[in-house]
Amino acid sequence: MLEIKNLHASVEGEDIEILKGVNLKVNAGEIHAIMGPNGSGKSTLAKVVSGHPEYEVTEGEILFNGEGITELDADERAHMGLFLAFQYPVEVPGITNKTLLREAYNTIARANDREELDPLEFEDYITEKLDVIEMKDQFLSRSINTGFSGGEKKKNEIFQMAVLNPVLSFLDETDSGLDIDALKVVSEGVNKIANDKNAIVMITHYQRLLNYIKPDHVHVMMGGKLIKSGGFELAEELEANGYDALEKELVLNGEAQ
Amino acid sequence: MSEELSDGVKELESMIGEEYKYGFTTDVEYEDFPKGISEEIVRELSRVKEEPEWMTEFRVKAYHAWKEMEEPTWFNATYKKPDFENMLYYSAPKKKPQLDSMDDVDPNIRETYEKLGIPLEEQKMLSGVAVDAVFDSVSIFTSFKEKLAEAGVIFCSMSEAIKEHPELVKKYMASVVPVRDNFYSALNSAVFSDGSFCYIPKNTKCPMELSTYFRINNMESGQFERTLIVAEEGASVSYLEGCTAPMYDENQLHAAVVELVALDDADIKYSTIQNWYSGDENGKGGIYNFVTKRGICKGKNSHISWTQLETGSAVTLKYPSVILKGDNSVGEFYSVAVTTKKQQADTGTKMIHLGKNTKSTIISKGISAGQSNNSYRGEVRISKNATGSKNYSVCDSMLIGQECGAHTFPYISSENPSSSVEHEATTSRVGEEQIFYLMQRGISEQDAISMIINGFVKDVLKELPLEFAVEANKLLDVKLEGSVG
Ligand SMILES: Nc1ncnc2c1ncn2[C@@H]1O[C@H](COP(=O)(O)OP(=O)(O)OP(=O)(O)O)[C@@H](O)[C@H]1O
Ligand SMILES: [Mg+2]
Repeated sequence: MLEIKNLHASVEGEDIEILKGVNLKVNAGEIHAIMGPNGSGKSTLAKVVSGHPEYEVTEGEILFNGEGITELDADERAHMGLFLAFQYPVEVPGITNKTLLREAYNTIARANDREELDPLEFEDYITEKLDVIEMKDQFLSRSINTGFSGGEKKKNEIFQMAVLNPVLSFLDETDSGLDIDALKVVSEGVNKIANDKNAIVMITHYQRLLNYIKPDHVHVMMGGKLIKSGGFELAEELEANGYDALEKELVLNGEAQ
Repeated sequence: MSEELSDGVKELESMIGEEYKYGFTTDVEYEDFPKGISEEIVRELSRVKEEPEWMTEFRVKAYHAWKEMEEPTWFNATYKKPDFENMLYYSAPKKKPQLDSMDDVDPNIRETYEKLGIPLEEQKMLSGVAVDAVFDSVSIFTSFKEKLAEAGVIFCSMSEAIKEHPELVKKYMASVVPVRDNFYSALNSAVFSDGSFCYIPKNTKCPMELSTYFRINNMESGQFERTLIVAEEGASVSYLEGCTAPMYDENQLHAAVVELVALDDADIKYSTIQNWYSGDENGKGGIYNFVTKRGICKGKNSHISWTQLETGSAVTLKYPSVILKGDNSVGEFYSVAVTTKKQQADTGTKMIHLGKNTKSTIISKGISAGQSNNSYRGEVRISKNATGSKNYSVCDSMLIGQECGAHTFPYISSENPSSSVEHEATTSRVGEEQIFYLMQRGISEQDAISMIINGFVKDVLKELPLEFAVEANKLLDVKLEGSVG
């Protein structure tokens, strides 16, 4: 579904390379986790894949269902089913969550020759989705993320994911800021959304999330590269020993540059 | 900023700076009138307009008052001062105005209004809005007069009101904005050419929206209209003013005076969609919009509300105000001011609380793009006697790009402890992050920008009468859409 080959990306117009040769393959039905120290490039990877204009791909490619997408705008990628749950969701005053979601849902439907929903149908549809993560309906009529608490913003991202039903979702530190109960509810929601036709890439610092949402693959990002991949045990190892130990081990094995 | 990103902002700016669509001129013959200003010219103006003696004297007095006054400089704008000696103070199309039917209107002028999308012909007025059209200085046509007269509503040009309803004009003109209020109100009092007069009798709800369209066509003329709206006890009216002008390299002066009087339980809603030519990218040309607008809630439980969408003019100095004299009266000010290119706007309001339990609300939204400068200046004064009064103010600014400016100057004074004043202000930048966020959800760049701007101004535009909200949205869209691609 997603294939990232030797991806290099810099801050647009500047000589700051952040991604330095990322390779990643995600198949339908899979759940991946990316872990790594602060500033290693995790969010940048998610933003580059979703088409943030601040970054420029200087080398390598991103294939989505076999098609190169590096030249596409963010909205075109969203139409193909890419979704990013932001690490820092953005406030947009004056537009309600519901308005955004109806516009978004119908724009994506149109782009894919699917049927649009009229306001009444959408009302039913969206109300149903509220249950997925036990969201209160008052959030529908509030302006996008405006005045939401940190945790509510994160929850709202997953709610949007449930409504838009994407093919591939990047969840950037969705667990940070959620209380213990909310983490459980949101995780259950994500598990409900996950199926064998879609895929999820979670970015997180904590193994705790992975106890709720079991990843098939765990990757470690350092210095703009995925330097190690493995299964759930890799997350446990990191939790126990930290990134330093991993780095030393890799240097010893001559794998790190 | 990244290249693509700054492209995004540029696009945004060019969308906002969409070409002015009303910049054409109309070929009409003008009556000759000498340039410059003097007592003789003021008298001549009054004579040409066949005004009664008392009006002539009013003007002459105002002229002498003005001569002694200084041009104000306290605002946040710089511009070349108007050349008062070289200005034309009266400019009327040669074909005689004030007509009995549309057929008598100069076809060129009629075409102008059609181009502007303002149908003068009553049969076309499906929306049921009565229109007074002011072309340069003269009221060209007032529609729906008879229907209004049935309800006892007087809606006519100021020139006509001076002749037909002198007792009303004498009683109320300059009662809210005194001649010496400021430099431009004094000048206006001396040379005002026309404008609209509107009188709603007791316990009458005006049966339709009233509106005036101002058009400056003549290059050398200043436009000095004078509008007076009086709502008697229990009366209510909603009034809209719209303005456009051709594109000239020279600046033109527009110095209007608008006075509103609301007696007991009366309700006046005054909405403005201002789209005067704003000059080109280099700041050449455009209208100076120096307008004094003030309403008085004279009676108890009266209500005055100003709503404005200010998009045009090179320089705007404008502070629609309300004097809350009657107990329990309510004043409101809702404003969206958009500046682009090199436009400068210094606008806001004054709420003067004199009566008990008076309330005022101020919601001001400034959008600045290009190299423009957008200032909010608001005064809230609660006097000793205005016990139990309340003010709530919000002024938000949105910046687009890096070269524009937004400023907020609130002046608040309260002389009694039983009253409350609440003031909130925010400044934000239309962020690349907001645009990206919406685009990530599948929304196109243009829709994302338009959503962000519409979200920002929503609280104000919803105050416009429905017919005009559509127009306002269109105008914003025109400013927003366009050169995408
Ligand atoms: N626009 C930019 N200009 C300059 N540096 C940038 C820019 N964007 C990202 N960076 C830098 O790139 C590096 C990677 O940032 P990124 O946000 O991807 O890290 P992260 O792995 O998500 O970290 P965290 O775990 O703290 O969220 C950081 O050093 C960051 O400062
Ligand atoms: Mg991050």
